[in-house]
Amino acid sequence: MKQEIIIAGFGGQGVLSMGKILAYSSLLEGKEVSWFPSYGPEQRGGTANVTVIVSDNRISSPILNTFDVAIILNQQSLNKFESKVKPGGILIYDGYGISKEPTRTDIFIYRINAMDTSIAMNAAKSFNMIILGGLLKVLPFVNIESIMQGLKNSLPERHHHMLPTNEAAIRKGMEIIEKI
Amino acid sequence: MEQDIKLLKGNEAVAEAAIRCGCDGYFGYPITPQSEIMETLMQLEPWKTTGMVVLQAESEVAAINMVYGGAGCGKRVMTSSSSPGMSLKQEGLSYMAGADLPGLVVSVMRGGPGLGTIQSSQADYFQTVKGGGHGDYKMITLAPASVQEMADFTVLGFELAFKYNIVSVVLADGIIGQMMEKVQLPPYQKRLTNDEIREKYPWATLGKPANRKPNVITSLELDSALMEQRNLNLQKKYKEIEKNEVRYEEIACEDAEYLLVAFGSSARICQKTVELAREKGIKLGLFRPITLFPFPTNEIYAYTNTVKAILTVELNAGQMVEDVRLAVNGTIPVEHYGRMGGIVPTAEEILEVTEKLIAK
Amino acid sequence: MTTKDIIKPENLVYAKPSVMNNNTMHYCPGCSHGVIHKLIAEVIGEMGIQDKAIGVAPVGCAVFAYNYLDIDWHEAAHGRAPAVATGIKRLLPDNYVFTYQGDGDLAAIGTAETIHACNRGENIAIFFVNNGIYGMTGGQMAPTTLLGMKTSTCPSGRQEDLNGFPLPITTLVAQLEGTRYVTRQSVHTANAVKKAKKAIRKALENSAEGKGTSFVEFVSTCNAGWKMSPAEANTWMEKNMIPVYPIGDLKDK
Repeated sequence: MKQEIIIAGFGGQGVLSMGKILAYSSLLEGKEVSWFPSYGPEQRGGTANVTVIVSDNRISSPILNTFDVAIILNQQSLNKFESKVKPGGILIYDGYGISKEPTRTDIFIYRINAMDTSIAMNAAKSFNMIILGGLLKVLPFVNIESIMQGLKNSLPERHHHMLPTNEAAIRKGMEIIEKI
Repeated sequence: MEQDIKLLKGNEAVAEAAIRCGCDGYFGYPITPQSEIMETLMQLEPWKTTGMVVLQAESEVAAINMVYGGAGCGKRVMTSSSSPGMSLKQEGLSYMAGADLPGLVVSVMRGGPGLGTIQSSQADYFQTVKGGGHGDYKMITLAPASVQEMADFTVLGFELAFKYNIVSVVLADGIIGQMMEKVQLPPYQKRLTNDEIREKYPWATLGKPANRKPNVITSLELDSALMEQRNLNLQKKYKEIEKNEVRYEEIACEDAEYLLVAFGSSARICQKTVELAREKGIKLGLFRPITLFPFPTNEIYAYTNTVKAILTVELNAGQMVEDVRLAVNGTIPVEHYGRMGGIVPTAEEILEVTEKLIAK
Repeated sequence: MTTKDIIKPENLVYAKPSVMNNNTMHYCPGCSHGVIHKLIAEVIGEMGIQDKAIGVAPVGCAVFAYNYLDIDWHEAAHGRAPAVATGIKRLLPDNYVFTYQGDGDLAAIGTAETIHACNRGENIAIFFVNNGIYGMTGGQMAPTTLLGMKTSTCPSGRQEDLNGFPLPITTLVAQLEGTRYVTRQSVHTANAVKKAKKAIRKALENSAEGKGTSFVEFVSTCNAGWKMSPAEANTWMEKNMIPVYPIGDLKDK
């Protein structure tokens, strides 16, 4: 098993932390993982992206040109990464602010309205967990139990009361993701 | 042991490993892309547990001179920086070399020259391997290609530094510093007590007891004959290191007809290129120098019997390629492929270049 | 009375301090460095801290300070002594760590290291020998060279519009919260030598107590660089240097 994933959006959308939780929970399942971010001033309000690789075997390059899965959270990232999905791969995008929908026909495209849902749930901070739920629905390569364990290990104790909210968001994401 | 397996950035792994391997002091100055080293140390507050000192200096120049002071006392001390900051540290590094002092420097390269870019680069190979400061000196240079090696080489760097009384450099780049991977952290080692230091390192300046002469840490010697002798001693030490400490990794090299030579982050990308090449039936291997000084000269030369050509891949205009060319000594063609300014080549791009080389 | 009777221990009124060795000093006759070296050696001996004292030598005339006092030493790069001393003191908090620096080293190339060590309140003593000139390199302008004073790089005298003003670094560090004891001394008269010795002792004692940086400036002569006889240099210093760098404590808290 090997999954090569890019998550791309705006800084502040939780792109990097979502990638981190994905990598960490896969590590808890004994997988090899790598997480490589765009770094520097980009993190502060510009576009942010992170490459996450999860594999049964030693990972070669942490930097990739094409991906099995692209998780796209804004129009700029869609423009940049739609063409980088391997044929037969998966593209998941949040519909909010997308004016030009993806057009490829040789990949599986999913839409998840996580931004609208998180606002409706009054849980804007759960946005990235809704997206994560959507991913796990279409590609369940890591158990939700590991994700919850990963969140528990990485969050400071004072934030542990947020864990049920996060789990609810993940399950919501699983519900609302739709195939295009 | 399970709690020692963590998901960490390369920079964070350096900090964790330093505390664990009995480091006495870190002195640094913030610069992207390595600031997480000092940030992590400040968060972990090792002065409350192991007693390790962590201090933010007023400049890279001050930081390396604090390291010089601490190293003279026989302490395990370190600093870290990135390219513009490493330029400033060259003065202190030359003095440390001249005074035979051990120390660890983590250099997380970014693109230059000048202020350049905060994105990744390997353009400081010459600066590190050929001695960026004044005088004939060398530093042991370890090139990590993973977060695990960032932790391991922090420990190894200190060990080698004290084995030879030399500065060890962990030469990483923005990619290795910023990426996260699984890492098994090293076991805890106790810091040496002052009495243990006195015993192990009789040259250390911990205060002069009545029964010995003063210890003086200096690189100054105005008598030319004595100064030449000091230089000869240094060169002897470097020869010894060349004999004992060469490290490298070979990937898919057994039957290779063509060889990529790359270090650090570019070796990781090249590893992918080898995978892609093998899928296409191209017999491509990867030779990864782990020590850049001492350079695996003989080990690369050994391939000239079986390999038709070598391509070095670096994030620079062609630096390590000079050492590879010296190693093969004109026996087979050696070409260089590099990207600069923070651009990182893709594995596919490198494969294309390799195929062109093969077609020649 | 024979010579043997005279040199009995009970008749001893003056001796070379035990911390000083027998190496012949390289300083020019009449230079203030020798006196200041001797005072530091005396204080280290009297305090009984020879086994705990670590000196940091500068680049400048005192580059070979380590040849004369039998304690452990570091020879620092030009201007970096306060950073080197910081590294030592932070790792050996129970030792007595001091720097010995000239004006070019401390107040020109090492200004940043000086100010920041003082501002952090490093528990070190800084001994600063100010003779207004670069002696070692042959008499060039120093940051503390007086206006109108001639050196090889201001041959018609220091001019404020061309060279800027003499830098009162001691006054400057006295403003910093991190300094505990800041004083200006000289060693050109017997009385001044006595006072200077007291200042050295206080600075070293302070450094053990961990309450901040102690900074002792010695307004000094460089008769060779000034191209004067030692006696003329003393007179010139009194008349010209001391009005600009007045003797006395600037801070003692």
